[in-house]
Amino acid sequence: MRKTTLLKTLTASMSAAALLIGAVNAQAATKVGFVYVGPVGDHGWSYQHDQGRLELVKEMGSDVETTFVESVPEGADAERVIRKLAGSGHDVIFTTSFGYMNPTLKVAKQFPNVKFEHATGYKRADNISTFSGRFYEGRAVIGTIAGHMSKTGVAGYIASFPIPEVIRGINAFTLAMRKVNPEAQVKVVWVNSWFDPGKEGDATKALIDQGADIITQHTDSPAPLQVAEARGVHAFGQATDMSAFAPNAHLTAIVNNWGPYYIKQTKAAIDGSWKSTDSWVGLKGGMVKMAPYGSAVSADAKTAADAVVAGIIDGSLHPFQGPINNQKGEQVTKQGETVAIGELLGMNWYVEGVQGELPK
Amino acid sequence: MTLDFIVLALLTIITAATPLVFAAMGELITEKSGVLNLGVEGMMLTGAVTGFASVFFFESAIVACIAAMLAGTLTALLFAFLVLTLQASQVATGLALTIFGVGLSALLGQNMVGIAYEGLPTLSIPYLTELPIVGKLLFGQDFLVYLSLALPFLVAWFLYRTRAGLILRAVGDSHDAAHAIGYPVIRIRYCATLFGGAMAGLAGAYLSLVYSPMWVENMTAGRGWIALALVVFATWRPWRLFLGAYLFGGITILQLHAQAVGINIASQFMSMLPYIITIVVLVLISRDRNKIKLNAPACIGKPFHPAA
Repeated sequence: MRKTTLLKTLTASMSAAALLIGAVNAQAATKVGFVYVGPVGDHGWSYQHDQGRLELVKEMGSDVETTFVESVPEGADAERVIRKLAGSGHDVIFTTSFGYMNPTLKVAKQFPNVKFEHATGYKRADNISTFSGRFYEGRAVIGTIAGHMSKTGVAGYIASFPIPEVIRGINAFTLAMRKVNPEAQVKVVWVNSWFDPGKEGDATKALIDQGADIITQHTDSPAPLQVAEARGVHAFGQATDMSAFAPNAHLTAIVNNWGPYYIKQTKAAIDGSWKSTDSWVGLKGGMVKMAPYGSAVSADAKTAADAVVAGIIDGSLHPFQGPINNQKGEQVTKQGETVAIGELLGMNWYVEGVQGELPK
Repeated sequence: MTLDFIVLALLTIITAATPLVFAAMGELITEKSGVLNLGVEGMMLTGAVTGFASVFFFESAIVACIAAMLAGTLTALLFAFLVLTLQASQVATGLALTIFGVGLSALLGQNMVGIAYEGLPTLSIPYLTELPIVGKLLFGQDFLVYLSLALPFLVAWFLYRTRAGLILRAVGDSHDAAHAIGYPVIRIRYCATLFGGAMAGLAGAYLSLVYSPMWVENMTAGRGWIALALVVFATWRPWRLFLGAYLFGGITILQLHAQAVGINIASQFMSMLPYIITIVVLVLISRDRNKIKLNAPACIGKPFHPAA
């Protein structure tokens, strides 16, 4: 069921019409609405959310009726779209971008009987839950593989914006890579964009030219993988399995797996057990998954990566386990301690082994 | 900094500058005829998706490029019909064309997300391509790069050395005078606009076939707007435009390299550099007010009502 529009700017208003049509065939099915920040065709963040929606449809069949609105700008339009969904009989509404936080809050006040689920935010209410993935756990897994696979000991990291989520990923990756190879260095290039295939590819070329033989990214397009494939180095996919773009270079990918959470929360809403919660789910809860290993991954690397996954799941390993040094070489976390959760959420410093200065 | 490294950086700069050269040269011709088409981004996206689809359908890179040019031409035709025949506002219609192109390309490209293409074949001449240093740079590019290198020659020659170019400029400078001496103003503007569309389509094809050979929505990421800005800052001169495109591409790449080396300058500032330096350089070399007036098409954006 694709109720979308062509024009980004008209998305909001036209989707209202689509919703009215959708409302006509509403029966006993629970109506679940989704709001996406990007197009479902971005092959990244919004694409994975839509895969989660499809999983929900597959699992629940005719018990649910889903609607999605894509490319909704974070702002006044978002509020209108969320209100339209709430007003047209949706029982659960997933708003899947950080910038929908305040609009969700506003609309939720007016519709106390509708359950709202906001991704990556921190404001909750009686009818708003928040959820996000512990993607840094996946970064620790790929960092481990990078440590085993890199011959030059230099990894290239294409980063979007210097926010805690991204910095946490860089640090988790670097810590894991240096656990395997204590000399390893991570070069970071900030492209100041979530999505610009051309620039992401150029950044990849620059990093490879500077000696990086393993590439990872916190941007959304598969362009870095294509460049890695063409240049004969290795890389990791972001948000979704990107092996189609780089059959040889793709070692694995951190997959955002929202489906199980969508199913769980929708079922809870149906049987009345839904409560406002904050879920930060990682490998253990299945919200973060690793894509199948590429053929290039060595046996050592596989074993080590599997051990990291198992350790994180059974709790014996934490990606931010001490001792951890900052860039200046000063110890910030002692042996036997882990970085506190508050520190993780607001992370604004690099660990030892990351090159360059963190942009402020 | 080794020689190899410089060559590698240059290779990246060429790919970054080429789409800008195509899109901006097309827009230059369009604007020289007195038509301001702000829809470059939309035409590029339409070209990108068409080129990507065609390369799988026809299994020929050249046919794919022609198809992308046709797609760009068709969107430009829509624009031309609205602003030249129906005399709609050029600014508003151009903006609408961009939005339309974003949506249309997303719709057409729905089933192509997640497909990879290995990229255009590059030239390979025995011995020459294997030459150290200059080999890959001069003899190892794809055919679109060579075309983009020829383009400023062709455009400059056309504008300043041919009769047709003179007429085009006359139409852009004073459509009433051109009309009075019997030139078909509207028809000439149609041709110039369609050429702009074809070049924007080709620029899009370069993105989806070479630069990052895949299709994802909105993959131009603002390059159409940069091309538009380049035309103005280059004061409508083909060679300055070419310089501007390479300057922009070059600094974009060099700032990425500077970051990878680990130079401690704020990355936000580095991201800003290509825009600043390109604008400053182009403004400095074309700061002569009289010359700007001489080069700027006087009738740009103005609708033409032929006197009855």
